[in-house]
Parts: sequence; structure tokens; C-alpha cells
Amino acid sequence: MNVIELKNIVKTYDMGGAEEVLALRSVSLNIGRNEYVAIMGPSGSGKSTLMNIIGCLDTPTSGLYLFNGVNVSEMDDNALARIRNKEIGFVFQTFNLLARSDSLHNVELPLIYAGVPSAERKQRARETLEHVQLGDRAHHKPNELSGGQRQRVAVARALVTRPSIILADEPTGNLDSKTGEEIMMLFEALHRQGNTIILVTHEADIAEHAHRTIRLRDGHIESDEPVVKRKSYDVAKVS
Amino acid sequence: MNFLNELKEGLIISFRAIRSNKMRSVLTTLGIVIGIVSVTLMSTAIEGINRAFDESAAAFGTDVLYVQRFPWVSNEDWSSFRNRRQLEVKYAARIERQVTLSNAVAPVVGTRRRVTFGNNATEDAFVSGTTQDYLLTSGSALADGRFFTAEESAGGRPVCAIGATIGENLFPTEDPIGKTIRVGGFPYTVVGIFEKQGGLFGTFTTDTRVFVPLFSFQSHFGGRRDVSIQVRVADLSQMEEAKIELEGIMRQLRGLTPGKPNDFNINQQEILTETFGPISLTIATIGLFITGLSLFVGGIGIMNIMFVSVTERTKEIGIRKAIGAKRRTILMQFLSEAAAICLIGGLIGLAIAFPLSLVVDQFLPTAMPLSVIFISIAISLLVGVISGFLPAYRAARMNPVEALRYE
Repeated sequence: MNVIELKNIVKTYDMGGAEEVLALRSVSLNIGRNEYVAIMGPSGSGKSTLMNIIGCLDTPTSGLYLFNGVNVSEMDDNALARIRNKEIGFVFQTFNLLARSDSLHNVELPLIYAGVPSAERKQRARETLEHVQLGDRAHHKPNELSGGQRQRVAVARALVTRPSIILADEPTGNLDSKTGEEIMMLFEALHRQGNTIILVTHEADIAEHAHRTIRLRDGHIESDEPVVKRKSYDVAKVS
Repeated sequence: MNFLNELKEGLIISFRAIRSNKMRSVLTTLGIVIGIVSVTLMSTAIEGINRAFDESAAAFGTDVLYVQRFPWVSNEDWSSFRNRRQLEVKYAARIERQVTLSNAVAPVVGTRRRVTFGNNATEDAFVSGTTQDYLLTSGSALADGRFFTAEESAGGRPVCAIGATIGENLFPTEDPIGKTIRVGGFPYTVVGIFEKQGGLFGTFTTDTRVFVPLFSFQSHFGGRRDVSIQVRVADLSQMEEAKIELEGIMRQLRGLTPGKPNDFNINQQEILTETFGPISLTIATIGLFITGLSLFVGGIGIMNIMFVSVTERTKEIGIRKAIGAKRRTILMQFLSEAAAICLIGGLIGLAIAFPLSLVVDQFLPTAMPLSVIFISIAISLLVGVISGFLPAYRAARMNPVEALRYE
């Protein structure tokens, strides 16, 4: 079964007055379980809009979006919040950690919103931090961590609820290339462990880690094809 | 459970936010502190005024009717009763004989005289001539000694009972019982001293008065004086009946034919409480309104700072929403922050107001009522929730995409 099914998704932005911007014009695509997909495209191509809709941060103007077979295109704010909380793990370019909270609390946060009791929450957050090899940084605040470590905390936060998909928006954009590689190795490992990963990027280099590349241009899908020349790592090193 | 979790998380975030913006939090809290201090002190003062009044009114006794020439409180023109005849001492005996609903009747006449003991003197002390029944009608209690007896009263003996303030003035160090004082030059032996009463109506309490038997009063200070007759009603539930009975007896004594208006008044404590009630309510309303304004200003301060806080933390709100915070969760977070600031302000306010209320206590018989403490805490929470609502609502409704993009 497909995790994500988009049918004729249209998104327009009302820029005030009669002016409207057509960000997505009829996008249809399916993403299956344990796929590793890269969404590519230059800025203005609509990839951020598509990511926001896939991530349930925004709703389409028209079209149908089925997430695990459930229609989410007409859900209200709170229902979408529940989907984001339980089913989607976000990894952002700018990490987006809470600056005043330590790593453990940042990773715990989705579980707090999911209503998981404190003891179980801490236990799971700690395990997930260890999984990204940051078990010894649980009580460090983001400004006490390196860029790569911060992004790994963010990945742990995305993983902790065991979501259906991991949605990464330019995850290496703020990292130097060596650290970027490390993060990509982490994604590789997560994919091998059965996670579904959607990578939004404009760097071809990064997109080559995925199994399938979807290229967007001017609000529609230009191409959707498997990656021929995949970059792969010796995963044993990372997990 | 989930709600409690969210509340707990909200409070943790609040305290973290308050701590990381110390100066701002202190200044914002100050508005609430001032508001709570002024409101609690005002309620303490109002409580004091009411209590002082109640204590004073209690001196009149709820079960006592005062037959007098003039009313205590009147809206009518003074000229309509200015020419009334004096009440006479002999009425008291007639009332006592005829009345069925009373168990004590005491005529009281008064004047002002210099009272001395040795070198100590009280100028213009209130001297009252009455009978032994006064002890029953006044409901006053003696601190030491006794009131004069029926025999002393009937025989016009030169004995007296003195008020607490008189006692302090004349006998700063000695025991007054058995000592002979001079009242307007005449010797009287002190047989008893009253308990201190205090209150707003100094002249009506026993504190500044000297009580002597009616007959000796008349022979020393003159017999033709206006008299007030205190009638204690045996059963409090029969006040109205007793009043009607008393009115009938008085009309008969005064020789009033049917249709003629009363040329006397039957006063009672109720008249005072009825008059004071609306006055006290007005004082309370105006006082609390004005002090409430300062709390209102404090609330506006909270609202202002919460708007700033919400704008500053737009990105944070976006992150929280992206990872699953519902509208309600965000609303709760900012509401609890505003409520926490106000609660802290309220508690500090109470901590400041409490010692100040002890200062107020020097002027009015009051203590900060326990209810004021709870109400203040409730009010500060309420102010927080009300003034935090709009900013919190704005935060809760933010679009996660735009909030995440905010720098």
C-alpha cells in the first residue's frame, strides 16, 4: 500500500486583490512504504509547497491527498496536528530545535504532544538519542552542540514517534560537506531499517542518495524516475 | 491526563521564558503587584470600616428600643420636631408597669461634668443618671467590680460605675474600685469599671461615661432634663410587636388623641445599620473601582508583553506546531505564561499588602480577611487568563508554514 497518494493537487496563493499565484498545478504522485525519494527543483518550482502539503503543514486548494489511505486534504487544524505528531518526522535545514531546551527535551517534545507518560517518554527519547549516537549529549543545549550534532538531535526528534515518513527539507543545507555526508549516512541507515524517507533538496549530489528522484518545474512534475547511479555507504559503520 | 501533561509542559515553558527575560518579567509583574496591593488594602480598609461600624452598632443592642424625643436619623425638616416636649423620667416607671414584652426598662439622663481624682481630671465627661436596669438594657459588661444595685439606685446613693477611658485617665496606676472620685464637685465612690468598647461612636459607648443613680443625678445636676428610655425586648422575634405596644403606652402618656402624630420617636439599632448599609456599599464600590483600575492597567501591561512574547517566539510556535502541537496546546502554553506572571505578581502583592494591612489595623479594627487572600489569588489568575487570551489566541491560530519561515 502507498503511504502517500496525491491526486491532482493544486495549490494557489492569494496575494491580495485579484492576484493569485499558482504554486502547484495538478500534481499527482504515489510514494510507497520504505521508499527513499528525493524531490528536486529550482527555487520557485513549488517543491516547498509540495513538501508543506505532504507534511500536512498546509492543505491543498483542490485535489485529493490520501495518507495511509486516509483523506487528509480536508482535515481541520487539530486533526492535521495529530497526523504531523504521530505520522511525520520533520528534519529542517535550520535544525529548528528549541534553543532553551536540552537535547533530551527536544527529542521528548513530540511525545509530550502525543500524551506519552513522562517515564516512558524519557526512556524512548534517550534510546533514540543513543540511536543517533548522541547518548552522551542528552543534557546539552543546541548552542553547546556542533551543526552535525544538532541535526542528529533533529533526526532523533523526527524518529522518536516512529512515524510513517521522515520528511527532510535540505537537511545538509547548513552543514559543511563532511558533516553533510555523515547525515546522509544516517538517512541511509534509517532507510535500511525500514523507514520511508522523503528528501527535499536542490543539490543533485544529495539527491543521488535516494532511490527515486522527482523533479518539479513551474508547479508540475517534470520527471519521476529511479536513480541509476546511487551513492551508497557502508552502513555497518553508522548503525 | 493529556490536559495535565500539556499544562505541566506549558508551565515549564512559562517559567523558562519568565526567567530568561528577567527585567521584562519584573516590570510586567510590578503592574500586577501594585494592582493587588491596592485592591487588597482597599478591601482590608473597607472590612475595617464595616467591622468598626458593626462593633459600634452592637453597643446599641439589637434587642433594645430607645424611646426618645428626636429620631436618630431623619429626612424631615428639623423644625417639624424641634418644639416637641421633653420626655419625663416618670414615663419609665409607667412603661415598666404596663409593658408586657420587655424585661428591662432604664431611663437615662445625661450631662457633661468635670470628673476628678486627686490631680487627675477628665474635662467634660459624659455623666449619665440611670437605674440598675441599665446594665441589662445596654448589654455592656463590667471589667471589674459591679454596677449599682436596685437599692442604691432607689436610694440615690453616691456611687458610680465608670467607663474604661475615664478609668485610664483617672487611675493610670491604681485600682479604681472603692476610690472616691468627684463628679462635678460631688463625691462618688467607684463600684465598677466597664470593659473597653471602642468603635466609631465614641460618645455612645460606655468608655467615656460615668454612671450614677438617677436620683442622685437629679439632686446634683438638676431634674428637668430630657430623658431617653431604653427598653429591652425579651424576645428578639417580637421587636415589632414590642414597638407597637410601646408606641401605644407612650401616646397614652403623652395624651395624644387619635390622628395626632407622635411627638416622640422609638429608635433602634436597625435604623443605624439601615442608614450605614448603603453608605458602606458606596464606599466599597467606589474604592474597589478606583483600585481595580490599577489592576486593569497591570492587566494591559501583561497583554502588551504577551503580544511581544508571541511575536518573538513565532518561530518556536512554528516548530511546536510542526511536530504536533495543537491549537489548544499553544493556547494553553501562552495562557499559563500570562497566568503564571500574574500569579507571581499576586503572591508578591499579598506579601507586601499583608504587613501594610497591619498598619491599617492601627487605625481601624481589621485584619486582612482570609477571603481577600483567596480572592486576590483568584483575581490575579483571572487577570492573567483574560489579558493573556488575545495574544495566546493569536499564537494558537498561527499558520505553521508562515511561523516556521519567520526569522
